[in-house]
Amino acid sequence: MATRSKMILGRVAQAIPVVMGVVVISFLLTRALPGDPAAYFAGPAADEASIAEIRETLGLDKPLFQQFFYYVGDLIRGELGTSLTTGQAVLTDLGARLPASLELTLVALLLSCAIAIPLGVLAATRPGTWVDHLCRVLVTAGVSMPTFFTGILLIYIFYYLAGLAPSPLGRLDFIYLSPPHVTGFYLIDAALAGDWETWLGALKQLILPATTLALFTLAPIARMTRAAMLSALSSDFIRTARAAGLSDRKVLFGYAFRNALLPVVTTLGMVFSFTLGANVLVEKVFAWPGIGSYAVEALVVSDYAAVQGFVLAMALLFVALNLVIDIAYALIDPRIGLN
Amino acid sequence: MTDTSRRNFLKLTGTTMGAAMLPFLKAMPAHAQTGGTIVIVSGQTINSLDLHRTGTNRASYQVAVNCYDRLVSFGTKDAPGGGLSYDYDTIVPELAESWTISDDGLTMTFKIKSDATFWDGRKVTATDVKWSFDRAVSAGGFPTVQMKAGGLERPDQFAAADEETFVITLDRPSKLTLPDLAVPVPFIINSEVAMANATDDDPWAMEYLHMTPAGSGAFKVARWDQGQQLVYERNDAWVGGPLPSFERVIVREVPSPATRRALIERGDVQMSFNIPNKDAAELDAMDGVDVYSTPIENCIHCLCPNFNFEPFQDANVRKALAYAIPYEAIFQTAAYGRGAPMWGGEAEITDTAWPRKSPYMTDLAKAKEHMAASGFASGFEVPLSISLGLADWMEPTALLLQEAFGAIGINTQIEKIPGANWRTAALVEKRLPLHLENFGGWLNTPDYYFFWAYKNGHLFNSSNYLNEEIETLVDSTLHIPMDDPAYAPNIKRMFEIAFEDLPRIPLWQPALNVAMNDAAGYEFWFHRQLDVRPLTTATS
Repeated sequence: MATRSKMILGRVAQAIPVVMGVVVISFLLTRALPGDPAAYFAGPAADEASIAEIRETLGLDKPLFQQFFYYVGDLIRGELGTSLTTGQAVLTDLGARLPASLELTLVALLLSCAIAIPLGVLAATRPGTWVDHLCRVLVTAGVSMPTFFTGILLIYIFYYLAGLAPSPLGRLDFIYLSPPHVTGFYLIDAALAGDWETWLGALKQLILPATTLALFTLAPIARMTRAAMLSALSSDFIRTARAAGLSDRKVLFGYAFRNALLPVVTTLGMVFSFTLGANVLVEKVFAWPGIGSYAVEALVVSDYAAVQGFVLAMALLFVALNLVIDIAYALIDPRIGLN
Repeated sequence: MTDTSRRNFLKLTGTTMGAAMLPFLKAMPAHAQTGGTIVIVSGQTINSLDLHRTGTNRASYQVAVNCYDRLVSFGTKDAPGGGLSYDYDTIVPELAESWTISDDGLTMTFKIKSDATFWDGRKVTATDVKWSFDRAVSAGGFPTVQMKAGGLERPDQFAAADEETFVITLDRPSKLTLPDLAVPVPFIINSEVAMANATDDDPWAMEYLHMTPAGSGAFKVARWDQGQQLVYERNDAWVGGPLPSFERVIVREVPSPATRRALIERGDVQMSFNIPNKDAAELDAMDGVDVYSTPIENCIHCLCPNFNFEPFQDANVRKALAYAIPYEAIFQTAAYGRGAPMWGGEAEITDTAWPRKSPYMTDLAKAKEHMAASGFASGFEVPLSISLGLADWMEPTALLLQEAFGAIGINTQIEKIPGANWRTAALVEKRLPLHLENFGGWLNTPDYYFFWAYKNGHLFNSSNYLNEEIETLVDSTLHIPMDDPAYAPNIKRMFEIAFEDLPRIPLWQPALNVAMNDAAGYEFWFHRQLDVRPLTTATS
């Protein structure tokens, strides 16, 4: 255990140069964005003097390297600055929006895995049968429909026509109060507070957007499970296990599936990070106050602090995610160490 | 009870069953009177509760309207296109009980309502008014510019004569001063609360009021979740006007227009504010949903040929453009017929109505004649610039223009400029040879429009237009009263020059669209933001 924690620390240390690189690049890239935030935020009727005033308040009149040092100084003090678009501290914004995105993405991935992995395994064990074809059809349909289209379609059918789903008004319908903030995940917070009414309300709001995202992420997971299972099932050690007379169940889950999990976990990591940043369209359609739409809006109006904060948060998240995946590898396959 | 839609549920809980059933209402002290809740959806996000703060966006102006009072407000009239509208010509009291203007027009004295109180129960005094006005002229940026439009520039112009008497001293009399006091900017803040939260770095309590309003207005902010919702709660002690009908107003942010449309059609929300023209046209044809499309006063969507681009210095080329534009097709495609046409008007100008139809209409033969008579008969190439931030109307318009101009030998390439760049390129640097523009003036007089859009060097004169006569006319007309004998002739002359010189070719007057389902009382305001105070439940 001691060596493992030392190795985790080592991996964290390796992330430091990455994060430093991200700080520099995100700073330079935001400055390279077209547009003048001072002119934009001065409003339509502002004159030259008021734009200059705003430029000074924002510190944008200083030379670039000086701005950078101020930025790094703020970062060291744990300040990410204030977003001009939302008028809040970037840290507050991220604190409110990241959990919203994470909750949605995680629920969607759980849903997606619950369908895709069994489907992939079944398709691999019965290649060419109707299960295999069903898997193929579902996967193709899921990946070929853009998320905003699936989202609007689901709203149209389940909310507008059938009236089964609640109003697509974000994380909670307006008749509920958000649960006291602990983790920012409404399902967890409401459960901690013992407020099951709100918990159910939050779950209901989650179903449609999570389904939309799940349909989209079904494809890579199911296809990867199928492929990995097929190659594992045709390998020598499975033949040996079968020859030794082990039960089908033991062969399938004890040996084949465990070996097939590695590429699946890798795909899962990629799908997760991709979905988290890329579900802007789902967020817009379901009025979900997530991090994707936040970043896009900030980018459109050259809101430097918000864009930098977003990039930095995502970088840290990826570092953490990769670490988790590496640890998961070591747990799944004892041959892989952490170094 | 078979119909369990939430609309009915809300109605019941609001009036008969009380608020106890709803967890959300449990948390906020509900009054036992009639009232109830209205839910409104909007695509815009509110980013501050303080209009004076740098970076406050337009959607946030509604907080200044609903939560704060001004000294005066505008009256109400019937709007063209149904519903109600503010009335620029009538000024009514809000916090001021009465006012007098000295004979020379330089001193305005306001008597403040003696029963007016802030939310914390303290009486509204002239000192609060002075502090708030000082803040508006000192904050810089947009509020200061807007105050200046009414001749309010320096703190020494404002004085608290006694507790209930506030005096404004002007440098010159102006017809714009009183209306400028009724725009959202000069709102009155509880100065004691604000000063208690001010710091040396932040003498105007910008940081505090940004998150925590302190006013005397009709509604208080019960809850603000940035990016999600704003919840207003009625202030029962309000004296600024008739007590609002709703006790609680929930404004939810829903970015996707398709989702907003589903919500309003289902009746789960009672109002959808600022909907796209396409939805307005389609919802209007349906039962159950009321659509109000009010042409925005003093606002025109224009095509602007820039005078620093050589071919556009030729008057014949500009006229050729004006005759080549397929006005009706643009109005139907880009605006879905919402708003008011701005073409095919009388050649002779007999009144001072503005916006008004230009004397031009689609006439390809005339356009070709003018092209042939110009120094550019063989045609030329020019980029036609549009803003991606306003692509909903600019893109279809530009495509139709491109096709039409091609027919008279003017080849255009459509240049799409990101929203963040647009303002700098079009208005500040004024470097776009041919572009679309949509200035709208808050103060509803033609000379105010001309001041911003036709005077050389002014922000919205993105065509770099300079005409000495216009310069003199605007300067001499801007502040004189509308019943001054020189006013009408001056305005008519401005119209003549504008239509002859064509630095801005009017396309159409845009509309602000609002859909309501089971609610009434909507009133259009020049600031194009939501005034929740007059809303009521449907009267049927």
